[in-house]
Order: sequence, then structure tokens, then C-alpha cells
Amino acid sequence: MKLKREHALTLARLGVIGGAVLLVEALCRSGVINPLTLLPPSRMAADLFGLLASGQIAHDMAFTAGTIGAALVLSIALGFGLGVLVHALPRVRRALDPLLASYYSVPFFIFYPLLVAIFGLNAFPLVVLGMAFAAPAMMMSTMAGLDRIPRVLLRVARAHRLSRVETVRQIVLPSAAPYLFTGMRLALAYTFIGVIAGEFIMASSGIGHAIAYAYEGFDNNTMYALMLLVLVVVTVINMSLHAYETRLAKRRARA
Amino acid sequence: MTALVQRARMDDTLAEAVGPPPVVSLRAVTRVYPGVKPVEALAPTDLDLNPGEFFSVVGPSGCGKSTLLDVLSGLGRPTSGTVTFNGQAVDGVVPEGVGIVFQEDASFPWLTVRDNVAFGLKHSTVPADESQRRVDHALRFMGLADFAGAYPAQLSGGMRQRVCIARTLVTRPSLILLDEPFGALDQQTRLLMGDELLRLWRETGATILLITHALDEAAMLSDRVGVMSARPGRFIDMVETGWPRERDSSIVSDPRFGEITARLWSRLRAESLRAMGAQGPGGGR
Repeated sequence: MKLKREHALTLARLGVIGGAVLLVEALCRSGVINPLTLLPPSRMAADLFGLLASGQIAHDMAFTAGTIGAALVLSIALGFGLGVLVHALPRVRRALDPLLASYYSVPFFIFYPLLVAIFGLNAFPLVVLGMAFAAPAMMMSTMAGLDRIPRVLLRVARAHRLSRVETVRQIVLPSAAPYLFTGMRLALAYTFIGVIAGEFIMASSGIGHAIAYAYEGFDNNTMYALMLLVLVVVTVINMSLHAYETRLAKRRARA
Repeated sequence: MTALVQRARMDDTLAEAVGPPPVVSLRAVTRVYPGVKPVEALAPTDLDLNPGEFFSVVGPSGCGKSTLLDVLSGLGRPTSGTVTFNGQAVDGVVPEGVGIVFQEDASFPWLTVRDNVAFGLKHSTVPADESQRRVDHALRFMGLADFAGAYPAQLSGGMRQRVCIARTLVTRPSLILLDEPFGALDQQTRLLMGDELLRLWRETGATILLITHALDEAAMLSDRVGVMSARPGRFIDMVETGWPRERDSSIVSDPRFGEITARLWSRLRAESLRAMGAQGPGGGR
């Protein structure tokens, strides 16, 4: 019964997305929306397929994927490390809490030209920008996960004479896993935003740069095809991770 | 040679007269929680637990029952006094042979019931096939065999507590410490869990110390009940129940059950009022 309801919900969601796409398609085809403003989704898809088949954007895709990958790995490592450290230092945490709470109100892109001036026009400023976005999310999720480890489980570890390392490996990490996973999912989303937006502003390669280049050259076909590519990749990755996260949460939810 | 044999016989006779040495001994144990206003949780306390005994501790809220269990198990250190388990000093580390079941749900939600139970043996030197055998036995013994592949979230509160007991059981402890393990369960389930606990006690031959709020539970399950005073906790009475080893929850209809419960309450009433006066109703332990 529950499964049927979930399937119905998924179908409804897909229906809403499909309906919106069909509506845009119809509006574009009927001329209500000017083709210079927006291309029909079927045209975007065809253009994207052509771009992918030609290998024209392979370099940009590889550059963006590499930059996002590097920023993501570093963000997760840094965010996790800082989360563990600050969690262990309550005084430091009390001092940092207000800063962390207002962290995402800072428009970090204003620092991007400064990063380019320091590191040059390469992938490094983009990695730093991606990390600036993603690492705090991972850090806060790590602290939330560590906060929520039931005290009794740590007592069980002591009752079974587990060493400190064994306690971390067998109790702390599995117990905090759902929060760590959420942190990683957020870090991925923020890394995408930071890197692609950075490429859009100022870069010599990457999907963001290719979108900006197409925009400036009035090449709507390429611009919309690349926008579609970014949307599809981000949505598929996030929905897959969200589905896994939901399954994990359900397995643990108390009856 | 004859002299040696005579000496050995004399030692045996003496041991029979005195009885076997206690499994656990507490001597003048105190526990004070430091702070701006230090809290004296345990007043100087002496206690001996005999091998194979079922001993319960009752007392008003906040009287130091759980502190007593912490100090006795090695989870906490006494401020003064000594704790020994099988003659060895206990000081801040839970000794081999001691199993603890907590009041809260301590099952691991990320592991299946089987893996939860097997966790108890993960760090032991028990061979893999013997581990498997013990886990299977514990699952059957606690009525969990059909749920071996389930996750704790799919079980009721009582079943999750059985998982925790099974996890302790597989380590074959000679001393099992239970900190209000049935506190969150309804009355019927508690009675049934009490029966299972008695069965476990008989079959394993372990010494059991049960911390409980429920006087009827203590009266039904125990050979001896220690009644603690309001904080700072100390034993103000030791009640021998005199029940036979073969017993179950049907003894609640025995007139003596009512007498024991009444005696426990008569000793506790004033202490509970004192504790309530000190903390207000609903004060913590």
C-alpha cells in the first residue's frame, strides 16, 4: 500500500515535469514564445545530442568534471576534518556558531577576481570557490551527525571494551552516516554551483565558460543545449542520491 | 603427604562453611560528581554479589542506582572505596565476563538483528564457527530467529531490547548488569520479559544485577532486593525473597509476593517522598 503510494507520487512528479516540458514545447512551436528567447525542449535535446556526438564539448566537460571532482573531494575531506575538530572543541564551536549560521549570506563570487589574480586563470581558483561553497555544508552536517550519536551507543562501545579507533569505525561513523551522506550530497550540489558559476564569470575552459561564450556569441542552440546538459546531470545525480538517502533513513526510522 | 591432604580437606570444609567468594564486592564505595556544587550520588556503600544470585536494586528517582551500576561495571570510577570482580580490582574499564544491558534502546539501527547480536563477539577470540553457533542459539533463545535479517526499525521496543540482551548473552558473561531494561515497555510485555530473564538466568547460571523502578518486578525476579535511600544513595534494607530457583511470573499470585512488595514499599515510601521534596516531582535520576 505504502509502496503503491510512493510509486504514485513518483509518477505524479514525473508527470508535472513532463507536463511542463510539453507545455513549453507547445508554446515555442506555436510561436507564443519567440524562438530567439527560448528554443523548444526537443530542439535543445537534438542540439545537445549533436554536440555530444561531435566531441566538440568533450574538453569542456572533462575540465568541469575534473574541477568539480577535485573541489568535491577536498571539500568533503576539509569539511569532515573541520567538523570533527570543532565538534571536539565546544568553546571554539560556540564562537563559530554565529559565523556559520550566516555563512551562506556572503556573496562569495565577489572574491573570484581576487582568486584569479592570486592563482591565475586556471582550475585552481574554481576549486577554491567550489570548496568555499561546499566545505561548510559538509562541516555543519558532520557536526550535526556527531551531535546526534546516541550516548548509549558509546556506552555500549565501552561495555564491549572497544578501542578508540574501533569505536569511531564501528559506532561513530555508521551512526553519523546519514548526516555525513547529506553533507556529501549538499557538498556536491554546492560544488556544482560554485564551479559552473565561476566558469561562467571568468575562465578559459569548462561548461560554464562554454555557456557564457555561446551567450555572448548569440549561439542560442549551443547555449540551451549546454544548459540542458547541466540541468539533466545535476537533477539525475541529486535525485539518485536523494533516493538512496531516503532508503537509508527509512531503514533506520524507528517503528 | 598425609598432612597436605588433611590441610586440603580442612580448606574445603572451611570454604563450604564460609561459602564461595562473592563475584562482586564493593567496599566503602562513594561517588561524588564534581562541579560548582558537587553532587554526592553514592554514600559509602558495601555490597557482595554471590555467584549465581539474582539481585535487584530499587530506590527513589535520582538515588544513585545507575551510578552504582556504572561504578560496579567499570563504566565509571568510584570517588573512594574499592570494587572487585572475581577478586580483581575494577577501575574505569569494564572487565571481561561482564555484560551490560542499558535502559535505552541500544540496538544499532544500521545492522540487521543477526549482525547486532554477532557484534558482541566481533572483538573476541571466539572462532568463527563457534560465534555462528552462539549467535544462532541466542537468536532462538530470545525468540528472534525469524527476524534475523530484519533491521531494528522493523521491530517493537520489546524485541529491540531482546536484541540487546542477546548481544550481551553471546559473550557468555558471568555477571549481567541490567539498567532498567524494561523501563520503556508495557506491563504485560514486562512480565513476559521477566519470565525470559529468569529462564536466561537459570540456563546461563550467571549472576544478575537488575536496576529497576518497579517494585513488583524486583519482588518477582530476585533472590535478594537491595533498597536504596534517597540521594546520597546507600542500602537501607536487604530483602531476601526466598523464591525457589524454578519460578516464573505466576508467583505474582503467591501471597508472599504481596508481602515482599509491601515491605519494599514501606521502606521506600519515606525515601521517595524525601527524593521528591529534594527534586520536585519528575526530577532526574
